Amino acid sequence: MLSSPYIAEQTSVSIIMLKVLAALVPGIAIYVLLFGPAILITLTIASVTALVLETIAVRLRGWPAKPFLMDGSAMVTAWLLALSLPPIAPWWLIVVGTFFAIVVAKHLYGGLGNNLFNPAMVGYAVLIISFPVQMTQWSAPLSLAGAHLSLLDSAHYIFTGVLPDGLTLDAISSATPLDTLRTQLQLEHTVREITHLPIFGSIGGTGSEAVVLMFLLGGLYLWVARIITWHIPVAFIAGLWLTGGLFHISDPDRYISPWFHLATGGAMLGAFFIATDPVSGATTPRGKLIFGAGIGMLTYLIRTLGGYPDGVAFAVLLMNITVPLIDAYTQPKVYGHKKQKEPDE
Amino acid sequence: MTRQLYEFNGGVHPEGHKHASTSRPIGIAPLPSVLIVPLRQHIGQPAKPVVAVGEQVLKGQMIGQADGYVSVAVHAPTSGTVTDIAHHVVAHPSGLTDLCVTITPDGADRWIEHSALDYRNMDASHLRNLLRELGIAGLGGAVFPSFIKLNPGATQKVPTLILNGGECEPWITCDDMLMRERATDILAGAAVMRHMLNSDEVLVGIEDNKPEAIAAMQAAASQCDFAVEVVAVPTLYPGGGAKQLIKTLTGKEVPSGGRSTDIGVATFNIGTAYSLHRAVNHGEPLISRIVTITGNVHRPQNFEVLVGTPLTELVRLTGATRDDTSGYVMGGPMMGFDLTSTEVPMVKATNCILVKSPALFPPAPPAMPCIRCGRCAQACPADLQPQELYWFARAKNFGKTQEYNLFDCIECGCCSYVCPSHIPLVQYYRYAKSEIWAKEKDKKAADLARDRHEFRQLRIEREQQERAAKLALKASAKLAEATTDKPADADAAKKAAIQAAIARAKEKKDDVAPRNVDNLPPEKLQEIADIEARRAKIRAMAQDTVEK
Repeated sequence: MLSSPYIAEQTSVSIIMLKVLAALVPGIAIYVLLFGPAILITLTIASVTALVLETIAVRLRGWPAKPFLMDGSAMVTAWLLALSLPPIAPWWLIVVGTFFAIVVAKHLYGGLGNNLFNPAMVGYAVLIISFPVQMTQWSAPLSLAGAHLSLLDSAHYIFTGVLPDGLTLDAISSATPLDTLRTQLQLEHTVREITHLPIFGSIGGTGSEAVVLMFLLGGLYLWVARIITWHIPVAFIAGLWLTGGLFHISDPDRYISPWFHLATGGAMLGAFFIATDPVSGATTPRGKLIFGAGIGMLTYLIRTLGGYPDGVAFAVLLMNITVPLIDAYTQPKVYGHKKQKEPDE
Repeated sequence: MTRQLYEFNGGVHPEGHKHASTSRPIGIAPLPSVLIVPLRQHIGQPAKPVVAVGEQVLKGQMIGQADGYVSVAVHAPTSGTVTDIAHHVVAHPSGLTDLCVTITPDGADRWIEHSALDYRNMDASHLRNLLRELGIAGLGGAVFPSFIKLNPGATQKVPTLILNGGECEPWITCDDMLMRERATDILAGAAVMRHMLNSDEVLVGIEDNKPEAIAAMQAAASQCDFAVEVVAVPTLYPGGGAKQLIKTLTGKEVPSGGRSTDIGVATFNIGTAYSLHRAVNHGEPLISRIVTITGNVHRPQNFEVLVGTPLTELVRLTGATRDDTSGYVMGGPMMGFDLTSTEVPMVKATNCILVKSPALFPPAPPAMPCIRCGRCAQACPADLQPQELYWFARAKNFGKTQEYNLFDCIECGCCSYVCPSHIPLVQYYRYAKSEIWAKEKDKKAADLARDRHEFRQLRIEREQQERAAKLALKASAKLAEATTDKPADADAAKKAAIQAAIARAKEKKDDVAPRNVDNLPPEKLQEIADIEARRAKIRAMAQDTVEK
């Protein structure tokens, strides 16, 4: 028989995961509105793949299927991965990424609760290293694109790689603002010149800055709903902004404003949804601050000095490595262990 | 009143269910058919029985004597006959039995002679001893002997006295009702505490979900001849835990492994204050207390219950047993424990009997893996990292659990309460603690055995060495004789040795000759002289035979 307590709060892993999914919905809605419906297909492929793989893994482990499939964690991983990928990426790219996320990063490490690395980011990292070309096929914002793909056309393209007659890939895709910035800088253009290009919006990228804003709002909801604490997002944003700010001050022509970094790429998705993955992140309050700030700084350094367009994934994975150390050295003071007025001598 | 309050970490807000049992006044439980009084009702050594089977006892008569320092006496809750002194199932999570005195009441409820103590004009140590003999122990849960806590120690002073009326556990209302109905008596007990501890300030902490109790205590405080501050503290479980209430009221933390008196604070449950009042101002030992009977019953209510009342007779007072009753918990839903038998007797620690049903207390869903969400750490009033403790306890890495301060866990249950994976965290900590205790006990036993063994080895070795030294001495003496007395044969040497021995014996005998002959009459002296002469003759004869 179980001992006390005999009562518990109405909560479960499923409820938490469902709230995380719900918090992503506004961002996805704006994404569809501004970039076309392709992202819905990507999300669906990732979700179905994740659930199928999760079912197989849970079966093989001999765990009860229902509670583990209903926990929603595989769906969250799938969505976070899908939202990190180009929405018109080929179907097999999504499947491979999801496989590495669910099977390799999660289940080979012991399943729910035991993975050292953020599963979605492992999937992303494998893809960007193995398939860099496919990973650059981003949808152009509808306002800038030469043509719009319907839901069916998108599905057709994702599964077959064939576009409707008369359309070229160039008409529907474009480089991301971060990519554009990188290539233009290599061509010796200044930041001022580059930001006049149409892909750049008022702070971040055209269209994408609205999506980023929605992820920020979704993240605030997670904080209000007490799914996450403020520590990691705030530290992440501060780390990214301060590092970016220092570079920007040192050479504004070469280093873009730190606000741009916050408003583009995976910054807000990373700060509120990815870095806050509890399983692979730090758990102590001070540890979370170090962890978040580390990701923010590394994200900036990888974006600016490294070879990859966005740095969130690698920053998260690198900081995942440090979590046991961070947690061990940031244990909060326990009641009765705090500094007491000790009579000296 | 605007006293600054402080916050402790975490805490939870479970549904209170307090109104269920506060609509009726405290009832007086009728005399049960039998009373089973355990001799171990307090922390420390159990009391030693001082009555025999068949003996008639009076209400309030001591039936168990305090044994050892940390111990208090146990008394007959009513008059009657001792019918048994044997092991009986008691209120303990283990369901084990313990030594109990069974009394069949005679119905007369005749008191033993008792009178108020003149505590103001009494030696402090004597007063504490009397409280020990009156069986006063903390009624808040730990049942720690009160006379020890009422010793101000070397400083002769505990500046802050706190009465704990927090009662943060859901369902329980015994302290609430006691404060509503007997506030003046509680403060009379506080007066004794204040006197014994030489306190400067008296605070009463009550959670703000008990406005009637707060009003009653404030009314009583205004009539008091010393200053009492009744403070409403926020309703937040476990705000009524002693450590948490001290933090809330004073901002200070009881040092880990220390006592609250280390920071100049003494905390007593208000029920303890009431029983202290009964003891000092009426001379009554602790033989009854208020118990909440609630949960799955028809008429939840508080009763003044005699210690030793069996569970069944008590629960019957709230109506017939409901069909869906699935068990009985002693204490509240957060920290209480299941009673394994309905024959369990009430003890000084029984604050509540919570009757369970699957509808009121649905079983927890199956546990899922920990996702390290950290809600437990956010809820922990001891600032622990429960997810780490769980990890180490599950891995049986008990050293690490201690490193992460397992023993600062007060087992309040907040972590389990908020866990989205429904992990029975507190059970893991109880398991780890008991494993560590068991290991320490084993280690102590092993240390003792090793010490004994080592001492024995040492003794044997020393004896061997001594023997060897003796032998060596003898051998060397022989060798010396052999070398110096070359011509003399071995026999001669032997004879000389024997002669020497006899001479020594003679000297010794002369030494022990009686000397107390000074005041003897002459005929006695003559007699002694004759005996001595005969002895001398015999000695001479003996010498002759030896020499021949």
